[in-house]
Amino acid sequence: MKTILSEQQLALTVKRLAHQILENNLSLTNTVVIGLQPRGVWLSDRIVKELTQMVDPSVIQYGKLDITFYRDDVRKSLHIATATDIPFSIENKKVVLIDDVLYTGRTIRAALDALLAFGRPSKVSLCVLVDRRFNRELPIQPDYSGKTIDTIISQKVKVNWKERDGSEEVILLDS
Amino acid sequence: MKLSTKHLLGIKDLNREDIQLILSTAEQFKEVLQRPVKKVPSLRDITIVNLFYENSTRTRMSFELAERRLSADVLNFALSSSSSAKGETLLDTVNNILSMKVDMVVMRHSASGAPHFLAKHIPAAIVNAGDGINEHPTQALLDAFSMREKLGKLEGLKVAIIGDIMHSRVALSNMYLLRKMGAEVVVAGPPTLIPKYIGEALGVRVEYNLKKALQWCDVANVLRIQLERQNQPLFSSLREYNLAYGIKRKLLESLGKEIVIMHPGPINRGVELDSDVADGPYSIILNQVENGVAVRMAVLYLLANRES
Repeated sequence: MKTILSEQQLALTVKRLAHQILENNLSLTNTVVIGLQPRGVWLSDRIVKELTQMVDPSVIQYGKLDITFYRDDVRKSLHIATATDIPFSIENKKVVLIDDVLYTGRTIRAALDALLAFGRPSKVSLCVLVDRRFNRELPIQPDYSGKTIDTIISQKVKVNWKERDGSEEVILLDS
Repeated sequence: MKLSTKHLLGIKDLNREDIQLILSTAEQFKEVLQRPVKKVPSLRDITIVNLFYENSTRTRMSFELAERRLSADVLNFALSSSSSAKGETLLDTVNNILSMKVDMVVMRHSASGAPHFLAKHIPAAIVNAGDGINEHPTQALLDAFSMREKLGKLEGLKVAIIGDIMHSRVALSNMYLLRKMGAEVVVAGPPTLIPKYIGEALGVRVEYNLKKALQWCDVANVLRIQLERQNQPLFSSLREYNLAYGIKRKLLESLGKEIVIMHPGPINRGVELDSDVADGPYSIILNQVENGVAVRMAVLYLLANRES
């Protein structure tokens, strides 16, 4: 086991990601933030919390997207869906998708498909906390990345959040 | 997490967790059906045949829409235009269809137990869309979904099932499901339409007085009088049935409380349900139909996966 981000580093990284998103989408009026269920939402909740301290909270449009029904492995394994909640139109909006770990890229592929069921965004960008850059199976890259790491397939990245896991850190597990 | 069964033959075979999983998955599909694009690619490599050996409007269209919303390939079979008229057996028909690489079979049949028979003989997943006077599991699931949506829970809910209990597969599936989920059930109707030992067998209470049943309940699920399954007269006339057991607006207003009115359709207006009740403010009949698609999507989605 190896720590990738300590509690303090994690807090700083979340702040940085929020700042970078704001840097590229100054007023946020034409931008929407969408966290991926279930794990990405823990990160997007934090990022949105940071954003509310920097801009008028009423302009932030924040949704949650579950991609279970868009997966490409229905026959291989059964996945249980969680709630999707996008209470606004994404037509012609700039969408920032947020997930915790970018690995094979298949989740993001499914998320892009799922997103189009809600309208046609003018631009979609991707924000992740951890980018496992050498494990991609699809040509998908993040626009905002908390930490880029080199891993092998047998390793596992685990993101812990205080409210859920008792501690707050990102760790790398060998198995 | 997954269902404990490979088929949906009846509510009888499901446990509490199965029912909860289907209802919570249906909630997610209900949200899918509110999106601008109401279709997901989940079952795009799954082929489903709808085998309807008995007439149906709602159930067949609801299943077909659910299948298409999941991107499955859909085959339809209707008795009137098929080779069954030439004497082909059920098993032959299904085996022929399966040799065309079909993954799931949705079946309605007038013989009780027909889908159970099929499940023993073929490898595909089978969904019972109503078999004779036995079960109609997806109807009970969508009824439960609608009750939970309207009243927030099933546990402790008081449900009266009213009418032709004897011939109703909807009633049987509803009784199994509601009892498993901790609801209280009263069956009400004329003594000739209520099986004698139903109370002991299914843990429900029998009530012959309509007003008493309505006064007790939170939800009244009103059933259609199934004349096509009654081969001897069980009450004197439809008019008399309506006078004794038909749900009327006046009767509902005299209760001093609001109850929810449900009906699985098709309605015999002026027999078991008067028009001003069916179209009135207490009725959630059209919500039931809407929810049917989401519930069937959930069932098909959860059964399509055949790993293990």
